[in-house]
Amino acid sequence: MRYAMAVDTKKCVGCSDCVVACQTENNVPIGFCRDWVVEVTDGTYPQLEIEIRSERCNHCNNSPCVRCCPTGASHYSDGGIVLVNSEKCIGCGACIASCPYDARYSHPDGYVDKCTFCIHRVKKGQDPACVAVCPTKCMYFGDLDDPKSPVSVVLKKRKYKTLIPEAGTQPELYFLI
Amino acid sequence: MASRRDFIRISGLGLGGVVLGSNAAYQAFSQTFLNNDRLDLGSLRRTPTYCEVCFWKCAGWVYKNDQGQIQKIIGNDDDLHCNGRLCPRGTGGVGMYYDTDRLKKPLLRVGERGQQTFKEVSWDEALQYIADKMQAIAKEHGPECVALFNHGSGGAYFSRLLKAFGSPNITAPSYAQCRGPREVAFLATFGEGVESPERTDIRDTRCLVLIGSHIGENMHNGQVQEMSDAIDKGASIITVDPRFSTAASKSKFWLPIKPATDLALLLAWIHVIIEEGWYDKAYVEKYTYGFEQLREHVKTMTPEWAHGITTIEPAVIRETAREMANASPAVIIHPGRHVTWYGDDSQRLRAVAILNAILGSWGRRGGFYRPAEKKLPSYPFPPYPKPTRTWQDAYPGLFPLAGLALASGICDATIPAHGRSCSFKAWIVLGTNLIETLPNQANTIQAIQNLDLLVAIDTMPMEITGWADVVLPECTYLERYDSIRENPHRKGQLALRMPAMEPQYDSKPAYWMARELAIKLNLAAWFPFEKMEDELDWQLKQVGLSLAEMQKEGIKTFEREYDDLYFAPDEEIEFPTNTGKIELYSTEFENAGFDPIPKYTPHPEPPEGYYRLNYGRGPAHTFSRTANNPNLTDLMDENMLWVNPRVAREWGLSNEQPVWLRNQDGATSRFPIKVRITERIRWDSVYMVHGFGHEDKRLTRCFGKGASDSKLITRVHVDPVMGGTGMRGNFVTFLTSEPKAEEVQR
Repeated sequence: MRYAMAVDTKKCVGCSDCVVACQTENNVPIGFCRDWVVEVTDGTYPQLEIEIRSERCNHCNNSPCVRCCPTGASHYSDGGIVLVNSEKCIGCGACIASCPYDARYSHPDGYVDKCTFCIHRVKKGQDPACVAVCPTKCMYFGDLDDPKSPVSVVLKKRKYKTLIPEAGTQPELYFLI
Repeated sequence: MASRRDFIRISGLGLGGVVLGSNAAYQAFSQTFLNNDRLDLGSLRRTPTYCEVCFWKCAGWVYKNDQGQIQKIIGNDDDLHCNGRLCPRGTGGVGMYYDTDRLKKPLLRVGERGQQTFKEVSWDEALQYIADKMQAIAKEHGPECVALFNHGSGGAYFSRLLKAFGSPNITAPSYAQCRGPREVAFLATFGEGVESPERTDIRDTRCLVLIGSHIGENMHNGQVQEMSDAIDKGASIITVDPRFSTAASKSKFWLPIKPATDLALLLAWIHVIIEEGWYDKAYVEKYTYGFEQLREHVKTMTPEWAHGITTIEPAVIRETAREMANASPAVIIHPGRHVTWYGDDSQRLRAVAILNAILGSWGRRGGFYRPAEKKLPSYPFPPYPKPTRTWQDAYPGLFPLAGLALASGICDATIPAHGRSCSFKAWIVLGTNLIETLPNQANTIQAIQNLDLLVAIDTMPMEITGWADVVLPECTYLERYDSIRENPHRKGQLALRMPAMEPQYDSKPAYWMARELAIKLNLAAWFPFEKMEDELDWQLKQVGLSLAEMQKEGIKTFEREYDDLYFAPDEEIEFPTNTGKIELYSTEFENAGFDPIPKYTPHPEPPEGYYRLNYGRGPAHTFSRTANNPNLTDLMDENMLWVNPRVAREWGLSNEQPVWLRNQDGATSRFPIKVRITERIRWDSVYMVHGFGHEDKRLTRCFGKGASDSKLITRVHVDPVMGGTGMRGNFVTFLTSEPKAEEVQR
């Protein structure tokens, strides 16, 4: 199993519904977020382009955060999902410094928190909260080892990219372009 | 405060963590999970609702956790408005319930109006005060001098109360400040309005044309979803907007039009489509009236003519016209929603309707469908007393085609005028922040100062509540029953809203308020049910349903009686217009003394050093009502002023620099707004999201954040056809240092 997510930049309108849905699903305290929206504008008026991306932890296969965690709190779980065990975490912040995607934050309760791909929902056969709520249906989630999963299907059909590939982290968050 | 080390030691006791439910799904979790105490929400219970954060009214489920707290709100899969997916505002609706700045107790003004000094009173005292005032006004001036402004579900009960009291003057700003011109234009053309949710068949369209409509930033949920589906299916989008909106960035063609010239572009499109013979000849022949007059009228309105006005290249006008024609009849020239811009809006929307008509999109797949609706019978109340006067008497001979009462009209008719028999003496304002909603704030405040009674009913201490004599705290939609949702869609649907929580503080549902007031006014006959839900149950039982059933399912869908979502080929149709046809040449407009076919007239342009103030929506907020919602403020806590880099260089502005704005009439913004230098806006205009710059200190999160566009809209271009208030003819300049207090007019 290799869980992955693809986000269609052609459909995302940047409404940040994914952010609110994640906050309410996962009790993320107000003022913090596990996912966020990036808008990049290119060109000069009137020759312009915008790319909108809903970003979160990339659940890398070669995760610097897991490698540098001194307590083993950051670890690989089922299907390659990267999780933080909040009980083992001492809040040292090494993982925050090592993450090229800036996907982690210090929870006020003293541990480091981030996206879990909503593994508690995925286990029940549901999509992550952000995928389930998105009004534009611009996110696809599933198992890359299953050729019929929505994410496998869409990655076969479309051009895509990953973020900061030169960091060598082998991310599992893809952006359709 | 426990130290970090203490925390590790005691966290095994569940401190700060979520207590887990022991459901079967959880038992199946791997060892990893059991070591992680923050992954599952435990068991949740759900109750149905439909959303009140905006007017789209998506049906959903409110989930509560084991502690009895609202955990999340998600869409109802069976709902045609949202297809199981709420927008950020609906998802963040939970913040409305948890906002600690909410109105908590009934308030009675002490001291001068607008000084914001109130005392807390009991419900009985507050309602008795209102009832006494209303009766005194009815006795002295007549019951018609009490008006209701409403924007929200509770309006239905206060409307009932007012009609029973003897006043027909019930208005919502959603007409004259928003979609009114669109309804008038489509009624005149097709005999039917666009209504809400719009009957646009975006899902199956092959070409969607947006004129100043920024779907995706305005989260009209169903339309955003369908636009996304259309993109998936390869539909082309044509966006006409001086600003590079999100929708423009998804478009095949973006026409960066010079502001206020859209009508010229529309007429040129009509010209090209007729001259090139690209119109739907069979459809025009069979269903329309006045085609020859239209052909004659647009003969000279060439793309070259429009180029000089709109700055859009003639070749682009032709190419986009061809794009529409190739897609027809699966083409939508979108009527938009907030269309009160320049004062000739009904005529502009007539041009939109005409363009749709000649492309044959009305009643066709991928164009405009025929909506279906399921209506519940109303309880047999006694007939209402006949009012002797309406708001329209204040405007003899004006706005003949206004189909609904004008909020701005009632506001203006509150200021006493020579020779008018009655000015309004009381306003009941429910769920609409008139200070921010109506243009020309000074005028609104002047009207308020002439009232004997101003009642504001809201969940939040909005600006309007500060001007009120009596403030009634309404509970949020998560704490009450409301009328069954019956809006039209592709199929008829009924949706239930029921309380997920008990009302917090001393807040009450609007139904309860209206009923208690009715009892005090001896109008109890119109409120026979003590509890709202009993009335709903009675209504549902008339169609073979019950409240208990709706509580379980939340929504009921009714299949269409006939397969008539679209016109059948060669169907004989009698349109509800004067001629029985789709009127390209409007006899109704002509009879009322207006141009039967739209003419282009130029609009004022910004003077040197000034920029047109454009405003719009951000996806996280509705009007000015959500700016204090903790969840939504977290997404966007202030608006910014979009400025083109060229303009920024001229003024020496830098990114995030705070500036104040002053308009052509000297109206000045009270709070600074940060500059956002972006290529996405033309050099002759600036842009901000509406709904910020709140001046009520009781809104602790949003007080003083960003600027209020409403404050800068003092010049109103009134639409003579139906009284819409055109608000995009205001020009602003930058002040780089804080203006003096006396310069910031209240």
